[in-house]
Amino acid sequence: MPLIEIDGKEIEIAAGSTVMDAAHQAGITIPHFCYHKKLSIAASCRMCLVEVEKSPKPLPACATPVTEGMKVMTRSPKAIAAQQGVMEFLLINHPLDCPICDQGGECQLQDIAVGYGGSASRYSEPKRVVKEKDLGPLIATDMTRCIHCSRCVRFGQEIAGLMELGMPGRGEHMEVMPYLETQVSHELSGNVIELCPVGALTSKPFRYSARSWELSRRKSVSPHDGLGANIQVHVKNNRVMRVVPLENEAINECWIADRDRYSYEALNSDARLTSPLLKENGHWREAGWQEALEHVATRLAQIRESKGAAAIGALASPHQTVEELYLFTKLMRGLGTENIDHRLARADATVGAGARWLGMAIADLNRLDRVLLVGATIRKEQPLIAQRLRQAVKRGAQLNVLHAAGDDLLCKVNARLIGKPSAWLNGLGQIARAMQEAGADLGTDVGAALAAISGVSDHARAIAASLMSGEQKAVLLGELAQNHPAATQLHTLAQAIAVASGATLGFLAPAANSVGAQLVGVLPGPEGLGTHAMLAEPRSAYVLLGAEPELDAYDAAAANAALRGAEFVVALTAFKTDAQDYADVLLPISPFTETAGSFVNLEGRAQSFHGVVKPLGEARPAWKVLRVLGNLLSLGGFDYDNAEAVRGDALAADFAAGLNNTPVAAALEGLMPGDGLERVAETPPYQLDPVVRRSHALQATVDAGVPVVWIGSELLTGLGIAEGGMVRVRQGGGEAILPARRDDRLAIDTVRVAAAHPLTATLGARLGPVSVEKV
Amino acid sequence: MSLNTPDTQVCLWTLQHSESASLATYTANGGYEALKKILAEKTPAEAIIAEVKTSALRGRGGAGFPTGLKWSFMPRNFPGDKYVVCNTDEGEPGTFKDRDIIRFNPHQLIEGMIIAGYTLGAKAGYNYIHGEIFEEYQSWERALEEARAAGLLGRDILGSGWDFDLHAHQGYGAYICGEETALLESIEGKKGQPRFKPPFPASYGLYGKPTTINNTETLASIPWIMRHGGQAFLELGKPNNGGSKIFSISGHVNKPGNYEIPLGTPFADLLEMAGGVRTGHTLKAVIPGGSSAPVLTAEAMMACTMDFDSVARAGSMLGSGAVIVMDDSVCMVKALERLSYFYFEESCGQCTPCREGTGWLYRIVHRIEHGQGRPEDLDELLRIGKNIGGNTICALGEAAVGPVASFVKHFRKEFEYHIENKRCMVGS
Repeated sequence: MPLIEIDGKEIEIAAGSTVMDAAHQAGITIPHFCYHKKLSIAASCRMCLVEVEKSPKPLPACATPVTEGMKVMTRSPKAIAAQQGVMEFLLINHPLDCPICDQGGECQLQDIAVGYGGSASRYSEPKRVVKEKDLGPLIATDMTRCIHCSRCVRFGQEIAGLMELGMPGRGEHMEVMPYLETQVSHELSGNVIELCPVGALTSKPFRYSARSWELSRRKSVSPHDGLGANIQVHVKNNRVMRVVPLENEAINECWIADRDRYSYEALNSDARLTSPLLKENGHWREAGWQEALEHVATRLAQIRESKGAAAIGALASPHQTVEELYLFTKLMRGLGTENIDHRLARADATVGAGARWLGMAIADLNRLDRVLLVGATIRKEQPLIAQRLRQAVKRGAQLNVLHAAGDDLLCKVNARLIGKPSAWLNGLGQIARAMQEAGADLGTDVGAALAAISGVSDHARAIAASLMSGEQKAVLLGELAQNHPAATQLHTLAQAIAVASGATLGFLAPAANSVGAQLVGVLPGPEGLGTHAMLAEPRSAYVLLGAEPELDAYDAAAANAALRGAEFVVALTAFKTDAQDYADVLLPISPFTETAGSFVNLEGRAQSFHGVVKPLGEARPAWKVLRVLGNLLSLGGFDYDNAEAVRGDALAADFAAGLNNTPVAAALEGLMPGDGLERVAETPPYQLDPVVRRSHALQATVDAGVPVVWIGSELLTGLGIAEGGMVRVRQGGGEAILPARRDDRLAIDTVRVAAAHPLTATLGARLGPVSVEKV
Repeated sequence: MSLNTPDTQVCLWTLQHSESASLATYTANGGYEALKKILAEKTPAEAIIAEVKTSALRGRGGAGFPTGLKWSFMPRNFPGDKYVVCNTDEGEPGTFKDRDIIRFNPHQLIEGMIIAGYTLGAKAGYNYIHGEIFEEYQSWERALEEARAAGLLGRDILGSGWDFDLHAHQGYGAYICGEETALLESIEGKKGQPRFKPPFPASYGLYGKPTTINNTETLASIPWIMRHGGQAFLELGKPNNGGSKIFSISGHVNKPGNYEIPLGTPFADLLEMAGGVRTGHTLKAVIPGGSSAPVLTAEAMMACTMDFDSVARAGSMLGSGAVIVMDDSVCMVKALERLSYFYFEESCGQCTPCREGTGWLYRIVHRIEHGQGRPEDLDELLRIGKNIGGNTICALGEAAVGPVASFVKHFRKEFEYHIENKRCMVGS
């Protein structure tokens, strides 16, 4: 460990560190722009020039390695002169109009200029003006303000894995731009806003709506994917103005997905439900809370009386808090029904021994050497998990994939096994068989079942070989694998592969509180029905907590039919959803910013947060609504004064003991794929939950476009369909007419049509048979 | 010994022959003998480096770094790929010597690169050729084909069991790609921007592998040194400045062109060889080493001999040996405006002082030239220059400052006249 002296302080620092690292360790701030701890070193802004003894020139702290006995002076006259010189150069072509710049008040250039800039400019020549770029609905540009630090470009190359921005041009004419005048569409694109040290890249929806010093900064947790990204919600006048990342190295590092950043737009949108609504003679009218709740209690009691408690179905969104879900379960079980579920898109209702989770810490993903992703559309489902795996691959990890499509994961993929959904069990079987042939022990039951596997493909062998080498390994089951009709068997096989290869088996929880929902038991009881069954075998009444089953269900068409046919539906919802068409009572509840609550993320970490604004209109935190309902129904145990008290009952101190990935014993049948065309349907990233669905900015992105029918060339030609032409997709009794697009990375006999979208809600099973014809 | 004849020419001697670029001409006059001897005798790399060190060969591209020393930095026994790269990205205004080497004597460069590859443990070499010289590029490609056909390149060279091949890479005309690390980026298919050093190319070069980059004239001098000995090369020039050097004389002389003469030759002799200053005019100033070199007054220049040390003592640098001669008709403000525009236009833009500073310098000089100068401008130019120099990733920043500082230093009166009278002193 070299011993160095920095500004007179002697410190010992790890070999290979830079002067910048040493300064951080010594608590010394060196001004900088291009340097960022998560990005490669550019050493181009020159703001961090410092004096180093024996060096004739000042050296950039970010790029200068420490050496034994080095003496660094960050504030010597020579260092200051260099820093001031650079500052002057940065400012000559930068507009000096901070009062009208959106970055004002949170601008690194402004801050550092206070310390190193002159009080007046000596530059009297014409200033540079740069044409604006259209980066899409999320990022606004003011390219004249760009100081060419290249952070945004390096972010694309190194973190996002996709170089959407570059810096063509030379010298003063160098400009940051999307090369082909395309919009930026990466799922992590908004991070360039924080990275930009000036006002060149700012948030388009937030632009000119508040000054940074007017905003209260409040900690919260993203309610979207299973990661539980830490966020800071910026509030002005009791209104959420924007969301930015809150650094947490163990979870989201310093990044958030665009979904986490821009979903807030829904919170004050016209789509919010702000008053309880009752349907009377087919018409909605506003009602007071008391009346509405009494009505709900009465009707539920009546139905229980007349049809039995099993006639009631209860569906909750896994994006609701632990507290809400706990009380919801308590209420429904109090009513006597066991038809309770949060797994809206599941075909297989099997309930496991414990809550399915990642099986390891999120941060451990970076250290993996071998990964097998099973049915995970990971870039869109967990963008920041994909980012961590990308870093692992860059480090040398081998990423292997079993999926229906060979999507570009923006990193090197070691081997892919691409097959239609009904072939996945066979695919895992092939991998297991290859391992078996290489001498691995797959256990008695699985080992015997593998005899049914005839051929083993080269891809499967490559994956098996990959998993049988390396040290740190994981087999991760994605959302498609969890939604799969044979989910339990896939789990069993994946577990056998994991055990035989020394890998950790993990589940990529699709929602912010999927793990929490399992822990508090939002699952069908022994006699109860899971989501799919309670919609396929319609109930008389449904109680919905934040759920939109008409979009999210495994079989959306069946869900629509069941809900519309029900005698009584009550929806606790923050938004005016399609429940307006089928429900009888709508109760406005608070989204995550207006209530205290907790989420348990995919690594089993409980994260609590406070409400950051008051509820909008008559909306109330759902835990309070459920408390009143419980009391109205005279069910005991609903006397809670605050969310903390609910949490105390909901999550025991040792709740982590409930995390368990042991599979439920399942006979391995169906190891041969089915015949005919199959649909593969994911939830589009901006249809994940009720909040993102109603964010205008997110809905204007490429990822939120009209769903298309992805078809391979062969099938496209066979059907006589031109790319872009309209096709009719049929499933069961439902159909949808959508444009066709070519994707030759799809498995044979596979058609990809997104689920969870209003335009595809007429279709059936997400992973079921489908037919396609020319319109 | 007569100057600029095969007596003193190391690189351009083939001009005495018709078919000067051909393999036949080269081999008929001792070409590839040095390579054959090295391969036959399996001369140890250390011995070759020692010979190059003895020769006092200094880099001909501009910096004048001792070649033998540079070669000794290469970890030649390091396992894995290593590269030799020739820098023919001759973009320095005033310089036009390397193009003549690959046009008229490409085989000597090929032989030099093969010897370099042998010595440095490389399996392949690249010649990065400036974008604007396409005929020369073709000439080089033709020579490579000839050499391959003769078994001088490729597998098992001359039956030695040793493999080495050379490739051409055509640049696109960016001056910055003459900076060695920007050149490497460009070969790799990236935008030509200099890398921060350390690490230096000898440890992290082309595709991240150990790489040695030399100028065309430097590498083309190697076969001569190996054939005649390092001592002979040293004696051709003067101590610490071995060999002959090509001087590209342009500007106000009667016979501009390339003159290959021993280092240490008096400037007066070189000027005379070039036919003297344009008839009817007197010498005003000389830029002795390409546009980046500080300008010298006629008086200072006439006292110089043409070698690295003498020109450095006079306050400039020998650089690439591009001698730009200016007579009494030249407006120094206009000349500086043109030079400053070049650096402004050619700055890669990567680092702040150069990207912003070169434009600022140019705009001020442009204003002075156009009668809008202000008295404080001259000190401002020097102040800005100080903030650029030494604070950038590569030497382009300093190269841009060199002309500005030296023009203002030596011809300040002329600038002041411009500012005060809003017109030129020359001819008024």
